[in-house]
Amino acid sequence: MAEWSEEQLIDRLAADLKPVRKSPSASLMAGLWLAVVVAISLFLALVSDVGSMLHRLTAAPDMWLAVLGSSLTTILAAIAAFQTSIPGRNPYWGLLPLPALAIWIGFSGLGCLRDLILPDSEPATIRLSMDCVFFILGLSVPLSALMIIMLRRTFPLRPNLTALLGGIAAAAAAATLLNFFHPFNVTASDLLLHALAIGLIVGCNRLLAKSAYAPGSGR
Amino acid sequence: MSEDDIPDDREARLAAGMAAAQQGDADAYRFVLHQCVSIIAATARARGVDAGRIDDVVQETLITIHRARATYDPARPFLPWLRAIASRRAIDSLRGQERHGRREVHDAFAYDTHADPAPGVVHELERRDDLRHLSAVVETLPESQRQAVRHLALEERSLGETAALTGRSKIALKVNLHRGIRALRAKLAGTYDDHG
Repeated sequence: MAEWSEEQLIDRLAADLKPVRKSPSASLMAGLWLAVVVAISLFLALVSDVGSMLHRLTAAPDMWLAVLGSSLTTILAAIAAFQTSIPGRNPYWGLLPLPALAIWIGFSGLGCLRDLILPDSEPATIRLSMDCVFFILGLSVPLSALMIIMLRRTFPLRPNLTALLGGIAAAAAAATLLNFFHPFNVTASDLLLHALAIGLIVGCNRLLAKSAYAPGSGR
Repeated sequence: MSEDDIPDDREARLAAGMAAAQQGDADAYRFVLHQCVSIIAATARARGVDAGRIDDVVQETLITIHRARATYDPARPFLPWLRAIASRRAIDSLRGQERHGRREVHDAFAYDTHADPAPGVVHELERRDDLRHLSAVVETLPESQRQAVRHLALEERSLGETAALTGRSKIALKVNLHRGIRALRAKLAGTYDDHG
């Protein structure tokens, strides 16, 4: 560095100046991304048996609390991802999804310990669990891609944190929407495969997003 | 605008300048960047960046401001936005410094004792000392052994040349060389034992 004097650098930057369109606000971007998630969930509600799902979710408190946790994690992680992508925002935004994440993980784990077989459900087999993994991956990938594209309008100074939050938001959204097509009881192996799929998505987000964000945002 | 401006006024001017820069006003942009330099330097110093690297942090931050200028929201204060970028680049610099420190170790002893690839003056003096000492020891040998050692070993002459020079037979020269070297080895070993 320091190839030029500050004066020369400022002159070069000023000469390179072009009008720019101000980045959309973090709240607006989070709202748009969540609107896409809501649109997908509405579509899935149309093609799935919503009554059966509601019947199953309300049969045991850990089920609906886990879904509440994953839904809140989706919303809060998306807000946190976009907030941390704007310079000057408080980095503590990154902590926003943690309580919801704790509820989601905690009550999902409790589901494995429950003896009660939920109505309209059967214990998950490995084949069914693999279907869940493909569903989570299949939905998380486009949601992650959308978030990365939107985050390119920002400038994350902590790209790893932003990517982690974005990955959590996408994976939590996919795990929430999986409930439309999850008419079987959660087992430990099922939950483990869900967790692996979510971990894979979060990890890929961290690996890919850093290079996908605006040039120079991360070091 | 001077450094003595009251902070609120400075904040307002910088925010207005950056908003104008987003519209493509190069003069306003130049003004904002000039004003940023002292703030970036102060932020870097507060973060513990070495004085020698402050300029690098200032330039890195100016470039980042340029790339991230679309993310500034004129409805919000400018200085927190600027300081967040400057802090981040200062931390990057500190991390780079730390990585550099881990890769390169300072070992003054290894530097001092590192062998010179070419023979130096000291080496040449030692070689001359050894030669002088060897010549002195050779002088103590009996005449027949001394001639054999000097001509055959030190001057590297052939047996035929040495025989012609000394008038001794080749067999006698070989025997004398063998005895002379054995005697020298014994004398030199004694010498080094005495020294050692």
